[in-house]
Amino acid sequence: MRQPILIFALVVAGGLSGFVAPARADADGSLLNKGMAMFDSGKLLATGGVSTVEGAGGGGLATWALITGYGTRDGVSVNAHYTYVGLSDYSLQSPGIAIGLFDRVELSYAWQAFDTQKTGGALGLGNGFTFHQNIVGAKVKLFGDAVYDQDAWWPQLAAGLQYKSNDRGAVIAFVGGKSSDGVDFYLTGTRLFLAQSLLVDLTLRETKANQFGILGFGGDKNGDYTTQFEGSAAYLISRKLAVGAEYRTKPNNLSIAREGNAFDVFAAYFFSKNISATLAYVDLGNIVLHDNQQGVYLSLQAGL
Amino acid sequence: MKKIFVHALRAATVASAVAILVMALGPVLAAEDSLYRDLGEKDGIATIAKYTTVNFLADPRIKATFDNTNMERFEKLLSDQFCVVAGGPCEYKGRSMAAAHKALGLDNADFNAVVEDLQTAMDKAGVPFATQNRLLARLAPMQHDIVTK
Repeated sequence: MRQPILIFALVVAGGLSGFVAPARADADGSLLNKGMAMFDSGKLLATGGVSTVEGAGGGGLATWALITGYGTRDGVSVNAHYTYVGLSDYSLQSPGIAIGLFDRVELSYAWQAFDTQKTGGALGLGNGFTFHQNIVGAKVKLFGDAVYDQDAWWPQLAAGLQYKSNDRGAVIAFVGGKSSDGVDFYLTGTRLFLAQSLLVDLTLRETKANQFGILGFGGDKNGDYTTQFEGSAAYLISRKLAVGAEYRTKPNNLSIAREGNAFDVFAAYFFSKNISATLAYVDLGNIVLHDNQQGVYLSLQAGL
Repeated sequence: MKKIFVHALRAATVASAVAILVMALGPVLAAEDSLYRDLGEKDGIATIAKYTTVNFLADPRIKATFDNTNMERFEKLLSDQFCVVAGGPCEYKGRSMAAAHKALGLDNADFNAVVEDLQTAMDKAGVPFATQNRLLARLAPMQHDIVTK
C-alpha cells in the first residue's frame, strides 16, 4: 500500500512543480486562463510556511495561523508534500495535499505510515508492523495579518480542526487506547516580527491523540481532551532560508508507556514559491519501549 | 557512548536556539535612528529609490500603474519617504498614501510585487537582509492605505 501512494505523491508533486504560475489573465482571457489566474502566487516568499507532519500549513510540528500556499485574498493555491521522519527505532512517511482559498480557508489531507520496524516484532506484532492514519484538516483565519499588521500588537489568529482516523483499532484497544479516530481542535496565533526577521507561533490544541494519533485517541489513564501547546520560532536568514526551533507537548493517556514532548531544530529553504525543502533534527521523546526517539525530518513541498 | 551523543545533540539544539535568539535580538537593541544610517543615509537611500523605480517600470505585474506618472518626481518622493520612514532628516512633500493610491485599485498581489521589487533593489544596493526587513517592517502597515481592492 505504501509504494503506490508514495509514487502518486511524487508524481503529483513533480507535475505541480512543472507548472509556472501564469500572469494574471486580462479581461477577455479564456475561462481556463481566468481559472489559472486564480493561482496568483501573490504572497511573499516563505509566508505560506511549509507542511506540518499532520499536513496543515505551518512549521513541522506546530500548525500556524498562516494559510498554506501563495494565494492572496483574491486567489487560491494548491500544494503537495512528502515528509519522512527517521527515528532511532521507528520511521514515518507521510504524503499529503493542501489547498488555500482566498488567504482565508485552508483544507488539507495527509496520509501517515508509521513503521514500528523491529519494535513491532518485540511486541509480537511482527517486524515492520505499520500503523496508517488519514488526517483531514480545515483551518480558518479569524483576523489579523502576520505580515502587514506590523504596527499592531495582535498576531494573525486562526482556528482549525483535524480529523484523524487510524487503521489499527485492535492494537490500539490492546495497548489501552479508547478509540481509533479522533478530532483535534486548535487555536493558533502567528506573528512575523519583521524588524527582527523573526516569526513566532503559539498554538493551543485540544486533543485526545496518543503519539499524534498513531496510538489512537484517549486511554486507560485519561480518556478526555487535554489542552496541549505547540510553538515555533523561526529566524529569517534570507528571503529563501529560515532556521528555527519548535516545541510541542503531548497528552499522557496510556499507562503502558510514558509519552514525552517533542521538539525540533529546522532549516527550511524556499527555492521558489513552487518548491521548498525542510530539514530538521527532531526529538519525539519516549515512544513505546524506546526512550530518546531522535532523528532526521525531511519534507518537500511543491505547489502553485 | 550513545548517551554522550544524545547529550551532545541536546546541547547543540539549545545552543542553536540561543544563537537564533541573539541574532534576532541584535536589531531590537539598536537605536531608533540607526536605520537611516544603516541604509547609507541620503545617498544610500537615493540609490535604493533609483533601483526600485527601475524595477517597478520593468515589472509586468505593476508597470502599467505608472503610465501617467512623472518618474523623476516619483523617484525623489520615494527617496524622501524612505528617508523619513527610516528616521532621517528629510521631508516628504507628496500626497498621503491613501490619497496617492485611491484611484489605482491595487490588490495585495500588486502590493507584494512592489515589496519584491524593493527587496531586489536593496539586494542590488548591498543592503543586508536584516536591515531590509527593518525598513519593510515600517512600510508594511501602509498596505492598509494602499490596497483598496
